[in-house]
Amino acid sequence: MIKIEQVTKKFNAGTANEVVALKGVNLQINAGEYVVLIGTNGSGKSTLLNTIAGAEFVDSGKVSIDSTDVTKLPDYKRSRWLARVMQNPLAGTAPDLSILDNFRLAALRTKSKGLKIGTDAAFKSEVKERIAHLGMGLENKLEQNMGTLSGGQRQALTIVMSAMDDPKIILLDEPTAALDPQSAETVMQLVEQIRAEFGVTVILVTHNMRHAHKFGNRLVLMHKGNVQKDLNAAQKAALSVNDIFDWF
Amino acid sequence: MEFYLSALVLGLCLACMALGIFISMKIFNIPDITTDGSFTLGAVITAMLITHHQNVWIAIPAVLCSGALAGMITAWIHTKLRIDALLAGILNMTALYSINLVLLGRSNVPFIGVKTIFKWLSPVSSATSDMIPAFVIVAILIALLSYLFRTDFGIAVRATGNSPSMAKSLGINNDKMKVIGLGIANALTALSGYLVAQYQGFTDINMGIGIVITGLGTVLIGDTLIKWLKITSISKQLLMIPIGSIVFQMVLAVTLSMGVDPNLLKLVTALFVLAIVYIPNLKLKQK
Repeated sequence: MIKIEQVTKKFNAGTANEVVALKGVNLQINAGEYVVLIGTNGSGKSTLLNTIAGAEFVDSGKVSIDSTDVTKLPDYKRSRWLARVMQNPLAGTAPDLSILDNFRLAALRTKSKGLKIGTDAAFKSEVKERIAHLGMGLENKLEQNMGTLSGGQRQALTIVMSAMDDPKIILLDEPTAALDPQSAETVMQLVEQIRAEFGVTVILVTHNMRHAHKFGNRLVLMHKGNVQKDLNAAQKAALSVNDIFDWF
Repeated sequence: MEFYLSALVLGLCLACMALGIFISMKIFNIPDITTDGSFTLGAVITAMLITHHQNVWIAIPAVLCSGALAGMITAWIHTKLRIDALLAGILNMTALYSINLVLLGRSNVPFIGVKTIFKWLSPVSSATSDMIPAFVIVAILIALLSYLFRTDFGIAVRATGNSPSMAKSLGINNDKMKVIGLGIANALTALSGYLVAQYQGFTDINMGIGIVITGLGTVLIGDTLIKWLKITSISKQLLMIPIGSIVFQMVLAVTLSMGVDPNLLKLVTALFVLAIVYIPNLKLKQK
């Protein structure tokens, strides 16, 4: 599904502040995998995620998604495959647009946005149904602006939005870092639901070792710009939370 | 009475420009000051066409295209050359001054013996014949824009200004949207120039100077109304802009009727806008 070959990335190249974020990373992620990416700050895990998303371009190497070379494809064109959930719970939604309008755009992630009004009754009832599953009582507030909701609610809606349009891969960059434990739990459970329902490939970057232990079927440890450990489902299942803590 | 009526018509004429500023400033979050140039450009194109016996209605698409082109150039400088939007606007506005002067050929062209849109209904100017064409054009614009901003494309446009990170992750090319958005904004501004030139009966090379301030003040009045009345629907928000424009022109008319020297009009305008910006801050501080 995703293939990363010999990828390198430097920041501030040629200056005193030069940082080598990725040093020839190789990683292949198969369809349906739930990869948990961990590592210390500066280990390159977020940079790796950004090179997949297209938010950063690689200096050398190749990134392909679904057998398509996307190395030079800008981020907005990679939305064909990717849905993203960012660390900032406010970044995934537009505050001055209604909940309904936010969902309308999410439903068109892989399609063109044309000159017809798409927020019709049928679409409304579909969104209503999806939001009702959250149990947050938001299904009757579709016309309300997104900005009136809390960070936790917005992050939960971002995840629901990511499943609106044929999701293949969901990239989660520390999605629960800014949330309270309750909202964090809701968000993580939503990811599980979407995985079960659509069989999507998930990549989760996290600093939460409990989440790293509990979720996913593959665990990758990044260190100094390279993959240090890569555990499959069986190896991961054999670990305890403390084993993972000991790696740091 | 005549005095206030002409303020009303001028308010409607300038509402087109204010709608443009609303799009660039409020929807796209870009401080675009190409306005001064594209407003005059609209008036210049109007003068070129109608003093050469072209139909006033045919001038409309030409005026819209010229404004759109001006706006798209600013957006192109901003997005492709990575220049600050404010600077890109200033550069384009300055360049347009020369272009306008070359196109117009001299600094002032009066429309003598020309059938302007304000003379369409009756050859003798009256309050209704002045008001109706401007009113109809503003009404059509509001209807078109409020439809546009509710379509899938329109939602994408609004997302670009409101949450660029979200827009990108949902497959929206923000740069392309900005080019289209500033194109629409300046097309509307040029249309304002088209109306004002015909209303005053001449095109002057300096008529656009400082017009962006009028637009900003108008949008700020509109925005205050939007916040007061807690309006979330985009159609109703758009409707507040012409109202803001009429209020703005009325305030200026009242100031002038109190005997203020017309030479001080720009100073009064600037002070009035300063007051609009400052008064909401004052309320916040007291809280």
